[in-house]
Amino acid sequence: MQPVAVDELQKRGISTEYALELLTKMMQIRAFEEKAEELFALGRVHGTMHLSIGQEASAVGLSSALDSRDYLLNTHRGHGHCLAWYGSSPDLMMAEFMGKEAGYCRGRGGSMHIANVDTNNLGANGIVGGGLPISVGVGLTIKLRKTDQVAVAVFGDGGANTGAFHESVNMASIWKLPVIYFCENNQYAMSMAFQRAFNIEHISDRAVGYGIKGITVDGNDLLQVHDAAVEAVARARAGEGPTLIESVTYRWKGHSKSDKQAYRTRDEVKEWQEKDPIRRFSAFLGMSDAERDDMQAKARQRIEEAVTFSENSPEPDVAHIMEGVYA
Amino acid sequence: MPDQNGASNGARELTYAEALREGLRQIMAQDERVFLIGEDVGVYGGAFGVSAGLRDEFGGERVIDTPISEAGIAGACIGSALTGMRPVGEIQFMDFITISMEQLVLQAAKIRFMFGGKATVPMVLRTPAGSGTGAAAQHSESLENWFVHVPGLKVVMPSSPYDAKGLLLSAIQDDNPVIFVEHKLLYRTKGNVPEEMYTIPLSQANVVRKGEHLTVVATSIMVRRALEAADILAQEGIEIEIIDPRTLMPLDEKPIIESVKKTGKAMVVHEAVKTGGYGGEIVSRIVESEAFGYLEAPVRRLAGLDIPIPYNRTLEVNTVPQVQSIVDEARKLVNGQY
Ligand SMILES: Cc1ncc(C[n+]2csc(CCOP(=O)(O)OP(=O)(O)O)c2C)c(N)n1
Ligand SMILES: [Mg+2]
Repeated sequence: MQPVAVDELQKRGISTEYALELLTKMMQIRAFEEKAEELFALGRVHGTMHLSIGQEASAVGLSSALDSRDYLLNTHRGHGHCLAWYGSSPDLMMAEFMGKEAGYCRGRGGSMHIANVDTNNLGANGIVGGGLPISVGVGLTIKLRKTDQVAVAVFGDGGANTGAFHESVNMASIWKLPVIYFCENNQYAMSMAFQRAFNIEHISDRAVGYGIKGITVDGNDLLQVHDAAVEAVARARAGEGPTLIESVTYRWKGHSKSDKQAYRTRDEVKEWQEKDPIRRFSAFLGMSDAERDDMQAKARQRIEEAVTFSENSPEPDVAHIMEGVYA
Repeated sequence: MPDQNGASNGARELTYAEALREGLRQIMAQDERVFLIGEDVGVYGGAFGVSAGLRDEFGGERVIDTPISEAGIAGACIGSALTGMRPVGEIQFMDFITISMEQLVLQAAKIRFMFGGKATVPMVLRTPAGSGTGAAAQHSESLENWFVHVPGLKVVMPSSPYDAKGLLLSAIQDDNPVIFVEHKLLYRTKGNVPEEMYTIPLSQANVVRKGEHLTVVATSIMVRRALEAADILAQEGIEIEIIDPRTLMPLDEKPIIESVKKTGKAMVVHEAVKTGGYGGEIVSRIVESEAFGYLEAPVRRLAGLDIPIPYNRTLEVNTVPQVQSIVDEARKLVNGQY
């Protein structure tokens, strides 16, 4: 490893093993997304999906600052955050994606609703901004129970323009709730470019309006995301209320399965692909291309195993279709 | 006016989405008060492509992309309608209309009445409902009956390309707020559509197929499925009469009542959840009317199960009525098994 990297990691208390674990997670996310796209193209899954290729450092950097006591409220583009979350299983995720009974939600939820309540992963969300008001309630639980947990609500640039965003951040602020508002600004809400949807330079500027701390970070730089998250977590655990983090990144793929991407240029996509978060972090760690590719191949292998697991698990039984509506 | 099969001059095959787009294009060219507003309606052409190309034709000022702000979209429609425009809003999936509810239910629906009849809110809010795309519980809702329950709103649900264009043009010209409920699986279905601008009056039910043995009242995609079921049933000598209300509120009930008087048997088919669904209204209209005395069997509702739409493909298909379930139910009713 490069000396700078050793220094930078040490400063943060990140061991080499943990750094490699984080890189592995990013690679597994990429592999999962590539596989998801392939399965979809082959007609082996239906519905839709929102791929997070290009945003891996954002997901892994965030979760690296949290631990198993904390809560996650995720978005529709949530495969990455779910895989990065503590105790998550690529097998059960893939099984859910493929609509199987063994999946996290017994095949009822699918890509947009993957949750693992056992590990405080309170689910992806099909509704833009849908998790934001819920985060206020989770924050209230933590506050009323006087635990030192933190809730993180992930949303996109589009989510920041919902009415729910305003109500939620304000409530969390006035009650000093331990919630981190983590906005992944990937430059577009479907076809709506950030510049067309906002009249401000940084989404984090909005923090001022709610009297909380806001910060913008390079979302393709794992350590920058990690640092901002660590600081926000410390603030939350200390009872100093919410933080708004804007993680600036880019989605490489179309919005969902059917997107002609007429609203952006190929050159723009290429430009961002140059800022590949995985290559950046592996280069930072001083890895050769061959070492990196080898590691990526292993990550792909792990996802292949998840597909095999899913293929071998049963379909939900129609006889049980009415189950699960009421407690 | 051309007939329903588009038999007059200029009819050609269009998809449901194309028919809607043609209607929008024609009225926008003719009436400067009409504009489109919604998420991704511009360059993207709408999530299901209905407004594709219209931004190029009419510019970004009349085909307005919004941030993700469904309450804002509804409100922008209401405010501009109140002040002389004829907005056509789009809510990308009907599920998200839940976020527009306050503006629609408490403002749009009531303004005219509360203001002593001195104001109008001539807006249309288009939105795709329905399951069948694997998009799961938050992208598959059929919530039309929520709006039926709100006096002041009109609710329209076209089932064919021909109806889609004619009803949309009527809705835009209507002086009331209209919730215009499309269906995702209908967008690519084809039918004859005249090129000329034509309207189908709101609150006019359509007898889609004539039959002697059973009245089937169906909405939206269930009209298509009922038509397919009718072909199968006809081979067994069962002739069903299919009626599409087209406008759910205010309802044109007469053709339904007349039909039941003739057939003595009735069922309703819709995709929305059965309990509290529109079928209950249709059944009530039948049993409250003179058709009651003609009934030879219970009136049946075939509708979505009382569950959210599941993701898994097999579960999803089994959640809402399909051609086969319509055939089975109709057969049982006609054969006196209820
Ligand atoms: C309330 C609501 N409105 C619209 C949509 C449709 N939709 C799904 S994702 C999306 C764009 C979201 O953009 P952003 O929040 O920036 O997240 P990204 O997709 O870029 O990750 C839209 C419009 C939705 N799911 N929910
Ligand atoms: Mg975005």
